[in-house]
Amino acid sequence: MTTETAGSVETSDSGPTSTGSRTTMILGIVTLIALGVLVLFGLILSPADENQGEAVRIMYVHVPSATLSYVGCFLTTIGSVVYLWRKSQWWELVAYAGAEVAALFTAFTLVTGMLWGRPTWGVFWVWDARLTSEAMLMLLLLGYLAVRRLAADYEVRAKRAAIVGLLLVPNVFIVRQSVQWWRTLHQTPTLSLSGAEIQGLMLFSLFTGFIAFTLAFIWMVIHRFRVAWLEEQVDAEGLDAAIAERRAEGVIS
Amino acid sequence: MIMLSDAWLIARKDLKLELRSRVALNQVIPFAILVLVLFAFALDPDRGLLEKATPGLYWVAVLFSGLLAMQRSFSVEAADGVTDALRLSGLAPAGIYLGKTLSVAVQLLVLEVLLGVGVAVLYGTSITGWLLLIATIVVATAAISTAGTLFGVVAAGLRVRETLLPLLLLPVLAPVLIGSTRAFEAALSGTPSEGWPWVGLMSVFAAVYVVAGIFGFGPLMEES
Repeated sequence: MTTETAGSVETSDSGPTSTGSRTTMILGIVTLIALGVLVLFGLILSPADENQGEAVRIMYVHVPSATLSYVGCFLTTIGSVVYLWRKSQWWELVAYAGAEVAALFTAFTLVTGMLWGRPTWGVFWVWDARLTSEAMLMLLLLGYLAVRRLAADYEVRAKRAAIVGLLLVPNVFIVRQSVQWWRTLHQTPTLSLSGAEIQGLMLFSLFTGFIAFTLAFIWMVIHRFRVAWLEEQVDAEGLDAAIAERRAEGVIS
Repeated sequence: MIMLSDAWLIARKDLKLELRSRVALNQVIPFAILVLVLFAFALDPDRGLLEKATPGLYWVAVLFSGLLAMQRSFSVEAADGVTDALRLSGLAPAGIYLGKTLSVAVQLLVLEVLLGVGVAVLYGTSITGWLLLIATIVVATAAISTAGTLFGVVAAGLRVRETLLPLLLLPVLAPVLIGSTRAFEAALSGTPSEGWPWVGLMSVFAAVYVVAGIFGFGPLMEES
């Protein structure tokens, strides 16, 4: 995510000038190939599980997306900290892009988790520690995005969102801890996907899932960043143009 | 310690304002009692459900009515350009934050004592484990007011603040709700040793928010 400078054209404030570039096009193609390999191994080549049956295949997308939802949160907090510290718009937009993509992956994790839970546990939802903390993570992200998308000046939006983003990771930790205690006081964790049970082709499928989803995550964050960057540039230019127009009116009269 | 004297100044101002306007007294406290009554309507009062669910209901009532107090703590600043005056006053932002937190905490404590009497009377809950109960109330109040004040200023001055603050604050306060409820359960069921880890967790929460508030309030105050 350090190669955010799109294409060969560099502007004075070193941001992207378009949403695409050769590098990310190649990245996108590689991502698609990886997803194809994941489909091949996850749905066709890997065997069904003894206990979970065919439902185990959901795990190959569920576990990577859950992991990446947390990566997105870290990105948001890091971006927010650097923005508050250095007032760098670049990092603020990284935080924003990270949060949006994290929200997407969290939603995907929740949906796939429920689809997995129905055949395995017989219900869509149990108050398991991981499920509950993932749901809370979703709500925290929605809070951040709500602030970031306020209809207000960029400075106001960015600064307030950065404070929320700064606290995102600490909140995630505290929520996870409390939910874990909360559930384990009453019952042992229902979900145990310890790596020891997963072997051979299944392990490889999961590994492929991690690679494919990580690539997709990077691709999405880069593109979301570029779109957000260009949006802010348009806004700023629009404002400058409007000010220039008013000035011109003043001169004529 | 200019920060602390500033905090004291702000807290005194806010509390005096509450004392004179009587909004907390005339609206927030009746609302809190109303929530207790609504819970009785929603759950069957004759089957002991209310008594069993007292810790949870109590803290949900505290959160909802506390939310009103927090909204108010910032709506009094939004009117008549008071925000600008506050910014020009030269008070340390950290002091303003701590002062607002203190005044919200005092209001919450009053609310909690009244709600405690309310559940004891209305739900027939017998109260035991005083030490843990008081510790829980103190720590949970600190946690709610520190986080509430910080997110209160994030939402302050916006047209959407009434809807934004609950969305921001309630998920963040979920650990406090879980912790305070479990600690109360432990105290009321006579097993206080199970409750103390929760008090610890909420202390960590409050500490994180005090630090974040002291450092975050400056940037939030200086914005246009």
